[in-house]
Amino acid sequence: MRLLNRRPTRPAGVLLAALPFVAVLIAYWIGSEIRLAANPQDKLLPAPATILNTAGGLFTEPNKRTGEILLWADTWASLRRLALGVGIGALISLTVGVGIGLLPYVRRGVSSFVAVLSMVPPLALLPILFIVFGLGETSKVVLIVIGITPFLTRDLSQRVLDIPHEEIVKAQTLGASTWVIALRVVLPQILPRLIAGIRLSLGSAWLFLIAAEAVAAEVGLGYRIFLVRRYLAMDIILTYVIWITLLAFLIDFALKTLSRKAFPWLGGGL
Amino acid sequence: MSFVTVRDVFQEYDGRPIIERVNLDVAEGEFVSIVGASGCGKSTFLRLLLADETPTRGRITVDGGKPAREPGRERGVVFQKYSVFPHMTVRDNIVAAESFPKGWGWFHGAKLREARARADEVLERIGLAHVAGNYPATLSGGMQQRLAIGQALHARPRILLLDEPFGALDPGTRLSMHEFLTQLRAETKMTVFMVTHDLGEGFKLGDRVLVFDKTRWDPDYPERYGATITYDFDARDHGIPYQHILDKIPSLAAAATPPPA
Repeated sequence: MRLLNRRPTRPAGVLLAALPFVAVLIAYWIGSEIRLAANPQDKLLPAPATILNTAGGLFTEPNKRTGEILLWADTWASLRRLALGVGIGALISLTVGVGIGLLPYVRRGVSSFVAVLSMVPPLALLPILFIVFGLGETSKVVLIVIGITPFLTRDLSQRVLDIPHEEIVKAQTLGASTWVIALRVVLPQILPRLIAGIRLSLGSAWLFLIAAEAVAAEVGLGYRIFLVRRYLAMDIILTYVIWITLLAFLIDFALKTLSRKAFPWLGGGL
Repeated sequence: MSFVTVRDVFQEYDGRPIIERVNLDVAEGEFVSIVGASGCGKSTFLRLLLADETPTRGRITVDGGKPAREPGRERGVVFQKYSVFPHMTVRDNIVAAESFPKGWGWFHGAKLREARARADEVLERIGLAHVAGNYPATLSGGMQQRLAIGQALHARPRILLLDEPFGALDPGTRLSMHEFLTQLRAETKMTVFMVTHDLGEGFKLGDRVLVFDKTRWDPDYPERYGATITYDFDARDHGIPYQHILDKIPSLAAAATPPPA
C-alpha cells in the first residue's frame, strides 16, 4: 500500500498528535538535567518542577507592594489592548472592504492606496506612533490597528468581489438600494470571512502587541517578559510564553466555534 | 400593441460587436424563447433587457417608458445559478422580495409576521412549504430554481427574464419545472423572455422563438460582425400557428368546411 494511502487509526492518531509535545518536553527535561547537574545555580534551563512552582506563585500570589496579582493584571492589560486593536481594525476593514468591493468609485480611489499601505512594515512606524500618540495605550492599540487593517481590508474586499454578480443583480431587481445590498446581501456573507481573517491576523496582532509592550509599557504580558529578561528569570519567561500561547489558542478556538454556530447557512464550508 | 420595444440595438465590448441591429416588438403576456449557438449574444441580449448593461446604440423600452439604466423592480430575473441568497432561509428569500425596497431592507414585528405569512402562501403554491426554514444549500437544484422563480414573481415584475434557468437540472426535474412554469404563467399572465440552448424547451414553452445568429461572416476575422435575430417563429399550437384561425371567424369556418358528401 502506498504511504499516502495509509491512515492512522483513531488511538494511533491521538498518540501521534501528542508525540511532538512529549518529545519537546523530554528534550527540555534532559537538557535541564544535564545543565543543572553541572551547575545547580544554572538559570538557563530551570527544572520543570521549578517552572511549575514559579507558575503556581505567579497565578496566585499577590504582589507584596501593590496587592494585585501581576500575571492577571498583565493579562487583562494585554487582552484589552489586543481586543481594542483587533476590534477597531475589523470595523475599519469591514467598512472600507465593502466600499472597495461594492462601489467602483471607492475601488478606483482607495484600493491601490491600501495595496501600498499594506507594504509598509508596521514595526517601522512604531517610533512615529510613540512620538505622535505618546507612550500610553493609544500607540499600542494603533500599532495593532495599522498592522492588521490593510491585510483584512484586502481580504474582505476580495471576498465582496467574489460574491456572484448574479446575486447583486437579483437584489437590484427586487428593488434593493445600494445600502440595502451592502447591509442584507454583502455584509452577512462576508462576516464569516471577517472572522476567518481575524483568526489569521491574530498571530501578527500578538506580535505587534508584544513588540509595543517590550519597548514602552508599565504593565502587560510582553512588558513583563522583557522586564524579567534582565534577571535571566527563565522560569517566569517560560510561564508567560506558555500562558500567551494558551490564550492565543483559546481565542482562536472561540472564534472558530463562533463562526460555526453563527453562520449555519455555510454548512461546513470555509 | 407593443409592450417591450427594442429599436436598433447594438452592443459591443471593446469595439468587438456582439449583437447588431436588433429590432423587436413583444406584446404583453407573450412568452419569448431565445435560442442560438453559444457565443451568439443571446445572453448579452438578456442582460440588455435586464438593463444590467446599456446598449452601445439603440433603446429598449417597457410599456413606452424611459430606457432603464440599471436593473429594477420592473424586471424579474432567474439565472442558471446564484439566483437566491444563500445566507437567508427559504422563507426569508421570499420575504426579501417585499422587504428589500424598504429603507433598511428589514421588516420588524407585525409587518414581518404578515410578510412571512404571505411568503408561506407563496411557498405553499410553489411546493416548498416543507423546507421553509431550511437554507438554500440544502435544497436540490430544481427546488432552488423553483424558489428563485417564486422569489422573482413575488416582487411582481412587469417582465420576467430567465437565463437558461433549467440548464443545470437533470431531464426529469426539467420536465417538472416546465409544468411548474407553464402553470405559474397561466396564473400570472406574465411577459417572459427565456434564453435557452435547448430548442425543444424553447418551442414547448414559448409563444415565439427567436433565433440569434450572425448574418454576415468574415472567414478571416470571425469577430468582425455581431449576431442579430435571424428567425422569429410563432410557436403557439405546437409551432403550427394558424391551425385554429378559423375558430375565431365562424362565418368563414362554415364556408371553408366542405359540405358533407
